[in-house]
Amino acid sequence: MCGMKALAINSLTKTYPNGIQALRGIDLEVEEGDFFALLGPNGAGKTTTIGIITSLVNKTHGDIRVFGHSLDNDIYAAKACIGVVPQEINMNLYESCYDIVMNQAGYYGIPRSQAAAHTEAMLRQLQLWDRRDDQARGLSGGMKRRLMIARALVHSPKLLILDEPTAGVDIEIRRSMWGFLKEINEQGTTIILTTHYLEEAETLCRNIAIIDDGKIVENDRMSAILRKLHQEVFVLNLENTVDAAPVLAGFKVRLVSESELEVQVGKGQSINDLFSLLNERNIIVSSLRNKTNRLEELFIRLTQRKDVSTDGSDH
Amino acid sequence: MSGVPLKIQLVGFYTIVRKEVSRVARIWVQTIVPPAITMSLYFVIFGNLIGRRIGDMGGFDYMQFMAPGLIMMSVITSSYGNVVSSFFGAKFQGYLQEMLVSPLSGWVIILGHVMGGVVRGLAVGAIVTVVTLFFTDVDVKHPLIAFAVLILTAMVFSMAGMINAIFAKKFDDIAIIPAFILAPLTYLGGVFYTTSLLPDFWAGLSKFNPILYMVNGFRYGIIGVSDISIGSAFAVILIFLVLFALTCYYLIHRGIGLRD
Ligand SMILES: Nc1ncnc2c1ncn2[C@@H]1O[C@H](COP(=O)(O)OP(=O)(O)OP(=O)(O)O)[C@@H](O)[C@H]1O
Ligand SMILES: [Mg+2]
Repeated sequence: MCGMKALAINSLTKTYPNGIQALRGIDLEVEEGDFFALLGPNGAGKTTTIGIITSLVNKTHGDIRVFGHSLDNDIYAAKACIGVVPQEINMNLYESCYDIVMNQAGYYGIPRSQAAAHTEAMLRQLQLWDRRDDQARGLSGGMKRRLMIARALVHSPKLLILDEPTAGVDIEIRRSMWGFLKEINEQGTTIILTTHYLEEAETLCRNIAIIDDGKIVENDRMSAILRKLHQEVFVLNLENTVDAAPVLAGFKVRLVSESELEVQVGKGQSINDLFSLLNERNIIVSSLRNKTNRLEELFIRLTQRKDVSTDGSDH
Repeated sequence: MSGVPLKIQLVGFYTIVRKEVSRVARIWVQTIVPPAITMSLYFVIFGNLIGRRIGDMGGFDYMQFMAPGLIMMSVITSSYGNVVSSFFGAKFQGYLQEMLVSPLSGWVIILGHVMGGVVRGLAVGAIVTVVTLFFTDVDVKHPLIAFAVLILTAMVFSMAGMINAIFAKKFDDIAIIPAFILAPLTYLGGVFYTTSLLPDFWAGLSKFNPILYMVNGFRYGIIGVSDISIGSAFAVILIFLVLFALTCYYLIHRGIGLRD
């Protein structure tokens, strides 16, 4: 069979002992080699889903396979395929960075001589090699997160799962982490990540699922999902100044300042038409950008209507 | 059902033991020194000062009678304390997850931590033995029996510590059991006296205390006398060993207290 699934989830449900129904029947497939985003608002069930995949949370019902290995009867093989970067810091903060990564290699059965080389490579990749002898509690928040990435990769997992890996990481390091994740994805590692930075998902991921209130509300290729946007708002910075919003047939235009316009472009409309109209009026555009990230608009639309209907519920 | 290759399990086991032992060594002031001090005090007060007035116990000088009991008591407390605090710390801070996500089997996780508890128990036991030698002579009658009882008991209490840690939700919970169950059972477990001194009822009740079997088994190994036959001492120790081992495995396998 071609195209082995890195992850296949079937009708997964989870009710916590306190009665909270975190997952209400999740179906999800991630192809081998994919770079997959799992998005959703706070409390949607992302961490719960990842917890179940990585054997940290007991499921209520459902079936999960990792590279064909069922979590029910082939769990050790499944676990060996996975590396995970959790949302919450979960390290012995009194251990050195080096020991944390070395021990993790040991738990995956990598003998110390081999583990030492892997550990060094990972700590260097994540720019932590200089801090290798420091206790983890002495690291900044972003460094701790990078340390958890190094730890997750030390056994060269086929599937890397990252739960908000770039939360609290500065822009420069975030970009270098993106580059790094892209690289290991190109080398064949399947990656699943959750994030609240939709730009991150849009930049990195080929496929996405949006989860809300324990259910998948959208699951498609990134490009297909972006096409579903019915309109986009562009911000135009003008070379010259205007006193009032120009009237452009078919486009809704708003004057932000004398040198800035916001224009709504609907699905069937082309930006070429917009520019012809602007040209006719001798309005020169020096730069153009999306008002919000495109994915963000869709995300808000998909997950917001929920808030209205659950309004007035008990929490 | 495909298990994990043995090699992976062995490397994992070694990793856990190495980590646990270096933890004991790193915080030796907390792990090794206190029992040495406590036991020295016991020897000075009970052995030297009061012991003289007690006279013989079980046909031995009181100090010699008490020494195996004190060694055993420190081994029990140390192995229990080691696993309960190490395992609960790992669970509380979250880094137990490092092992729970890995392909290590529950047995390896259990045995790795138990080995840490045994190492600390033996280290403390050795130091208390050295302390003992300052106060009295020890002439070991059955070294193999003594050693076997010591190791098996350290394993039993390491597992008990693990069970305590699994159920514990806050730090109080890992202090309560040692204070309210372990300490009374130890003090009433024949460390300081032979049950032949007790009224029948209490002597009979003592037979339900597993620590009595361990202390007497060890005392038999060291000085050759015991309130309990050595066969039943081993039987009781082994029963608890198996019982606790299965309980640990069940709890870890099901993720009770760990994956809820
Ligand atoms: N250990 C737990 N016990 C009880 N309820 C829990 C537990 N963990 C999570 N929940 C509940 O399950 C639901 C889903 O939580 P989850 O952590 O999976 O969300 P999430 O999508 O990861 O959110 P976030 O973006 O904030 O990280 C929430 O309602 C949460 O309160
Ligand atoms: Mg989460």
